[in-house]
Amino acid sequence: MDINDLLEIAQQEREQIKPTVIRCCSAAGCLSSGAGAVKNGLEAAVISAGLDAEVQVSGVGCMRFCGHGPLVEVSPNAILYENVTVEDAPSIIAALQGGISTAKLGDLNHPFFARQLPIVLENSGQIDPERIEAYIAVGGYEQLFHVLSEKQPQDVIEQVTRSGLRGRGGGGYPTGLKWATVAKMPGKQKYVVCNADEGDPGAFMDRSVLESDPHRVLEGMAIAGYAIGANHGFIYVRAEYPLAIKRLQKAIQQSKKYDLIGSGIFGSGFDFKIEIRIGAGAFVCGEETALMQSIQGGRGNPRPRPPYPAESGLWGCPTLINNVETFANIVPIIRQGGDWYAKIGTEKSKGTKVFALTGNVNNAGLIEVPMGTTLREIVEEMGGGVPDGGKVKAVQTGGPSGGCVPAHLLDTPIEYESLQRLGTIMGSGGMIVMDDKTSMVEIAQFYMEFCRGETCGKCVPCRAGTVQLYALLTKIVNRQATSHDIAQLKALCYMVKDMSLCGLGQTAPNPVLSTLQYFEEEYLELLVDKV
Amino acid sequence: MPVLSEIKQSAVSPKEGATGDCASPSTGATPRSAEGNRRFKALDMTMKRHQFKSDALIEVLHKAQESFGFLDLEVLTHVAHGLKIPLSRVYGVATFYHLFSLKPNGTHTCVVCLGTACHVKGGSKIMSALEAELGTVMGETTADGQISLMAARCLGACGIAPAVVIDGTVTGKQTIESALENIHHLQEVNASLHPPL
Repeated sequence: MDINDLLEIAQQEREQIKPTVIRCCSAAGCLSSGAGAVKNGLEAAVISAGLDAEVQVSGVGCMRFCGHGPLVEVSPNAILYENVTVEDAPSIIAALQGGISTAKLGDLNHPFFARQLPIVLENSGQIDPERIEAYIAVGGYEQLFHVLSEKQPQDVIEQVTRSGLRGRGGGGYPTGLKWATVAKMPGKQKYVVCNADEGDPGAFMDRSVLESDPHRVLEGMAIAGYAIGANHGFIYVRAEYPLAIKRLQKAIQQSKKYDLIGSGIFGSGFDFKIEIRIGAGAFVCGEETALMQSIQGGRGNPRPRPPYPAESGLWGCPTLINNVETFANIVPIIRQGGDWYAKIGTEKSKGTKVFALTGNVNNAGLIEVPMGTTLREIVEEMGGGVPDGGKVKAVQTGGPSGGCVPAHLLDTPIEYESLQRLGTIMGSGGMIVMDDKTSMVEIAQFYMEFCRGETCGKCVPCRAGTVQLYALLTKIVNRQATSHDIAQLKALCYMVKDMSLCGLGQTAPNPVLSTLQYFEEEYLELLVDKV
Repeated sequence: MPVLSEIKQSAVSPKEGATGDCASPSTGATPRSAEGNRRFKALDMTMKRHQFKSDALIEVLHKAQESFGFLDLEVLTHVAHGLKIPLSRVYGVATFYHLFSLKPNGTHTCVVCLGTACHVKGGSKIMSALEAELGTVMGETTADGQISLMAARCLGACGIAPAVVIDGTVTGKQTIESALENIHHLQEVNASLHPPL
């Protein structure tokens, strides 16, 4: 495969596109709601209307309005249909030639769509994720060629550094700096690892990227491999994401077939192979050292750092570990330059972030917005607020490692530092809206139950601490606790936070501390000796 | 979490009515049957594909769980021999990860997602209702061995919360009523396949 072959495939693919394209969301959420039958129904309706020369029905990736699926979009007319059933299919086809469909019309001008800035998700919902030709047709693998033929590894690292991209898994560590660190390490064998163990409950950004645009991640990893001097990549993906695994496997197979991943890519001396490793249901394996243990076939026990994976990772070799979303940002950064990316977002938080907006909100789904967008814009304007006239009480970010932002602070812009100042974190992108019927003490208890179930058991503060914290929270919820128990709860939180070995234990107390900070009256109300 | 001695005990004592062969409990196939042989051979192929490297332990256990339905002592021992690692290490890994099961599941599985989005939209209440209806607790199987009720810690189906997975099929936007209806349907299917004598 050389660049001319690639461009020819792109050209052929683009020429095949029919005048009217009907896109059907085929990500897991919509598929579970019957999208497969809808697509089949549309295909049948096209044929029986005799329109198969002009109308194409395509399965595409996530169309983001997940709470209103199955979703169907007709272009070039820019018509969106929501909650589509197979019975709606014939009328959608009939509506192409005038008339109105029985299917519910969506509004592509609604802030939910209009306020998004798709960079990570630019191909999501547009291309068929199961055809590499569709990815190539939108410029896929051109940046890999460009990098291999025209750039030195340090040029690539420079672009990533200039972009200001920070790790999107939640850590927010400067990506360019991480790449530079691994690149400098001595040693012939290095690895690239994609952390697709998206364990935060309520987060499905990475799942959607993998199901909707898997090649984007592969290309990003290959570019990273070139930049740091690695020839072997692993994608560690949760077993709970079978469709993502299937699409990744297909993507790897297809890219191998075209020699875009493997040996001598584009005829250069650069080899890069990618393997999938499937998790087995352990939240702690999202922690990078535990993840590496798991790839090596062991229990997912973290270890102290230093040494960091950049210095000593998989099998003792320098290893670059980045999140799915981080890798998905690489192709556009190389294509348009680091400086372009750095113009988006805020001074310390560049670019966009993908969020999974869920919970008590009208418009649940995926949104990608520039950093600096406020929580209020996201929840009220894009999300449409709480259903049935309810009120927002709090927005939870960062999963079990995060905290709640109360309603009166929703004008906070989304940035790594501003969220930290409020006692929460950006996290991987889960954003859960809670209404005024939610008990914040029960939410803290819920998260602690989760951490208690997921602790690896290696260090005492986390292993015993989460058990005791959960017991205290349960005592409070059951109205059996006193103010002494609250004091003990706080003290124990700080102990677990300060003394745990890894991020799981260190952040497990965050939901408790955050709810104590903003909703202390709810705790006090439940006490036996309340004032 | 079953203790190793319990597994050993149950593996060694033959099932009532079994032939003289040493049977593993409820794998659905005795290890020496043709079906059992086929499954062990498939497992060997998986280990071979990974060049019998010990790093492939989790991949191999996935395959074993898929083939046998759960990981009993016989299977764990076979894997330990194949990958040349101590049984204690195989057991340690098998018991660490939530997805590996050392005891058989019911004929049907019902997994209720208890991720945050599902919880906020009533997932925990659905779980309680199902526990009451089935007379079992989360993580266990009904007394007749038909339905296993389990929790997942987020399937990533948050857009269609609350989600319940019945025999591998994800159903979204569930209510207590719809979840109970699905369970009743399962029970009816069972009853029609196994009518009372």
